[in-house]
Amino acid sequence: MKVFEYERPSSPEAAARDAMPAGASFIAGGTNLIDLTKLQVMTPDRLVDISRLDLADIQDTADGGLSIGALVPNSDLAADPRVTARYEVLSRALLAGASGQLRNKATTGGNLLQRTRCYYFYDPASGCNKRAPGSGCDAMGGYNRILAVLGTSDKCIATHPSDMAVAMRALNATVVTLKPDGDRRRISIDDFYRLPGDTPQIETVLEPGELITAVELPPVPDGARQLYRKVRDRASYAFALVSVAGVVTMAEGRIATAALAFGGLGPMPWRDPAMEEALIGHEPSTALFDAAADVLLADARGHGSNDFKIPLARRALIASLRELTGTQDQ
Amino acid sequence: MHFTINGQAYEADPDIRTTILDLCREHLGLTGSKKGCDHGQCGACTVLINGRRVNSCLTLAVMHQDDQITTIEGLGTPDRLHPLQASFVHHDGYQCGYCTPGQICSAVGMLDEVAKGWPSHVSADLSGSVFTDGEIAERMSGNICRCAAYPNIVAAIRDVADQANVADRKEAA
Repeated sequence: MKVFEYERPSSPEAAARDAMPAGASFIAGGTNLIDLTKLQVMTPDRLVDISRLDLADIQDTADGGLSIGALVPNSDLAADPRVTARYEVLSRALLAGASGQLRNKATTGGNLLQRTRCYYFYDPASGCNKRAPGSGCDAMGGYNRILAVLGTSDKCIATHPSDMAVAMRALNATVVTLKPDGDRRRISIDDFYRLPGDTPQIETVLEPGELITAVELPPVPDGARQLYRKVRDRASYAFALVSVAGVVTMAEGRIATAALAFGGLGPMPWRDPAMEEALIGHEPSTALFDAAADVLLADARGHGSNDFKIPLARRALIASLRELTGTQDQ
Repeated sequence: MHFTINGQAYEADPDIRTTILDLCREHLGLTGSKKGCDHGQCGACTVLINGRRVNSCLTLAVMHQDDQITTIEGLGTPDRLHPLQASFVHHDGYQCGYCTPGQICSAVGMLDEVAKGWPSHVSADLSGSVFTDGEIAERMSGNICRCAAYPNIVAAIRDVADQANVADRKEAA
């Protein structure tokens, strides 16, 4: 681990200023950052400890939604009665991830910002344009089983490993931040992550020193069914190969609203408005769900070891939609 | 730096990069917590910080000077076993014993989480479910045992949970 300066600022404003210089990194739960610094995949020379700042509240918002402090641990968020009652998909997604020990330490903000688990990103001896821009991508033509089939570029095929973020995308979350100059901004989760393009090392729209302070969720439509479906190699303590977060309402036997986000498929939690459009106003049927999968997967491309994700995503989507529309026995 | 571990005050001057695990093992002679993977994947390093189970290999000592840290040494001694330690002995919940301190610390934390009403991935109802052996296995999935003592680990935890009426929660509807 490269040696670092350690600061513990006493306010979010001070933290944002402390984290502005290149080479500075916030540390909250540390469960991803310390893993990566031990391997010298990340080499911050300054750690800005935000773990004791007053950003760990969960509060109702005026519009009937929820404001989740950036430092709320994943465990507490999953177990909060407001979340289990109103945002079941978020609780299910959180509980499907990691282990009890990790969930107790990992935070909301950190979970959004966690890095890919691509084996080549993790291996400093490998070519990885995300870890070392310009060094190539050894995952292409390598063992890319856990990597992306959508949203990739010729520089990077990494997936985002979070479960929580997938649920938050299906819930139309807003990321609330504080910049070093004191400005605050609200970023839709739809705009928060960046496609790899030619710069896979830039994963979000956050600016240097910009601190996530909270994530806000709007209220869920009345009568919505919510589901998180995670397909993985083990029954517990494994990342998703493919996951689906769904929030669906029905009206008069037809799909009225459909929010569906996917994990394991892309460099960020994946959502396809055209796919959702194809569902809305129609009666549920396998033919409809198949057609939606056609839209979702039209541009999907396997890279040798992850081709299975494409038919797997289709089946996971169809199974999820059956459950979300109450038609699983048909 | 100053630490409070198992109710005792400690002073140490470790490198800033030192984890809680290495602080305990290399600086303070508390070798009960084990280094299995050093990357948060095996749970052998599990300790309790302010009563919550965490992987001590993935957190820096410098960040926890104001916290109450409990290691396996603080849960029981050979002369005064913690109920879980006694249960692990009774149910033969280990072979080599390397994962065992982490299993026990994790189980202490886990049973507290159950008592608080926290659901798990396998809970049918997020607001209260039956505390099955499947729940134990899911909640303990962050602790790996290469000797595969799992059936007896679950039995040992089940025994203590039943005796403490830990799962006093409403049944699934």
